[in-house]
Amino acid sequence: MSYGSMYGGVLGIFLTIWTITGLYYILSGQGYRYDIGWFLEQTPPYMWANIGIGLAISLSVVGAAWGILTTGASIIGGGVKAPRIKTKNLISIIFCEAVAIYGIILAIVISNLLEKYDETTTNIKIKQYNYYSGYAMFGAGLTVGISNLVCGISVGIVGSGAALADAQNSSLFVKILIVEIFASAIGLFGVIVGILQISKVKMGDKVAD
Amino acid sequence: MNSVNFNINFGYLEGLCRGFKGGILKQTDYINLVQCEILEDLKLHLQSTDYGSFLANEPSPLSVSVIDDKLKEKLVIEFQHMRIHSVEPLSTFLDFITYGYMIDNIILLITGTLHQRDIRELIPKCHPLGSFEQMEAIHIANTPAELYNAVLVDTPLAPYFMDCISEQDLDEMNIEIIRNTLYKAYLEDFYKFCSTIGGSTTEVMCEALAFEADRRAFIITINSFGTELTKDDRAKLYPRCGKLHPDGLAKLAQADEYEQVKVVADYYGEYKPLFDGAGTGPGEKTLEDRFFEKEVKIMMSAFMQQFHFGVFYAYLKLKEQECRNIIWISECVAQKHKAKIDSYIPIF
Repeated sequence: MSYGSMYGGVLGIFLTIWTITGLYYILSGQGYRYDIGWFLEQTPPYMWANIGIGLAISLSVVGAAWGILTTGASIIGGGVKAPRIKTKNLISIIFCEAVAIYGIILAIVISNLLEKYDETTTNIKIKQYNYYSGYAMFGAGLTVGISNLVCGISVGIVGSGAALADAQNSSLFVKILIVEIFASAIGLFGVIVGILQISKVKMGDKVAD
Repeated sequence: MNSVNFNINFGYLEGLCRGFKGGILKQTDYINLVQCEILEDLKLHLQSTDYGSFLANEPSPLSVSVIDDKLKEKLVIEFQHMRIHSVEPLSTFLDFITYGYMIDNIILLITGTLHQRDIRELIPKCHPLGSFEQMEAIHIANTPAELYNAVLVDTPLAPYFMDCISEQDLDEMNIEIIRNTLYKAYLEDFYKFCSTIGGSTTEVMCEALAFEADRRAFIITINSFGTELTKDDRAKLYPRCGKLHPDGLAKLAQADEYEQVKVVADYYGEYKPLFDGAGTGPGEKTLEDRFFEKEVKIMMSAFMQQFHFGVFYAYLKLKEQECRNIIWISECVAQKHKAKIDSYIPIF
């Protein structure tokens, strides 16, 4: 029994239960119970913000770790017969590490913007700003997390190729490093967009104007 | 098993294998070797390559068979190092590669036993990569059925014996048929295994194994002209995992002479140039050499992709070709007959 078919089976069971429950509610006139609006209104923005922070750092670290393992294994393998590649190829590892740093920077920036507000306030504007901030932080965290995840994997695979090519022919390393720089740039794009997303965030009780 | 997950389990071994591949002799090394006058010069030149001082402890008058043994020993050490460090599915893959050598060893032992040679003389002649525990017990069998029940049922080759257990005694003709039947079953099984791995491994390995299957079909056909092998028996020996299956194989089964084999090869773009101009005249390469050349080319292209198992298979085949080259050059040097010394097949 392969893992793929097990996951497929579990997903199938879940979807069946969900469909049956949904159809039951619709057909018995209780469709209003499936209320997404209620869910969005009742959950405080703190949840979204913190999930965003968690995603930013954790997905970035997953991407960086994946990249480091991919590159590291190839450097070790190639370094047996060509020990000269050991030191130069640590640059690839540094590129992967940079991806994790982007994640932690954004996580710190987002968490610095978190503030308490009075939930019983009747000022619509304050409520709106705070809810918006929650969603914006979640979005920014997701943006940075996923883009760093794939960036890390990509830098890792290119770094592995660079190590093996360097072991055969040392003039190739610098050329492949250029490819790695481009791969690393896409993580930076994620950070930029994330920063833009949280640039308008205003939490707290004293929302100006 | 794709680019993303490959390095978790196999990255180190792939890097190591590519490092070994970087140590394969280049054209400049061959030029140096060809200019040697005696075998001691050869040993000196090989010391500056990846081989190092592998001949250092050998007593002074070197012979070609000693060089052959030592070359093989180095290859076996490298291969076994990789096999021991591997995990599934790479370990099964590397085991599959050794089954080919096991088949050769079994046939060698059976043939030797038929000629009343002592089993202890034959064991050192076996290829070390294909050794298995029951090797010493092969001489007790007289028919294939006994051989199977007593010895081979515990080896990994047991499923390949399905087609060739019969009540006929082991004799010269049958031994070759047994060898080819076993090899056919092994190749098809290996091909199936590689197809289940997926990814670049399937692409690279299936092409390599298809070429091996077709090459065997051609060689079996050409070698069977003038023997008592019937056409039906011959058709049963062709591995079916190559490009020739099914039409080419059907035509090959009907062929009676070399020209007809050439006609079959003309239908296939990859094999037509191999048969053109192949022959035994001076200045022409033999068909066998051309097959080796094509194999070298296919194996070289296996290194163009990353994250697949084909590099291990290709490395082994290229190293074997290098051994054959060095032995050819050594023979020419030892016999001082340098006319055809340049007929080695350059790899890089």
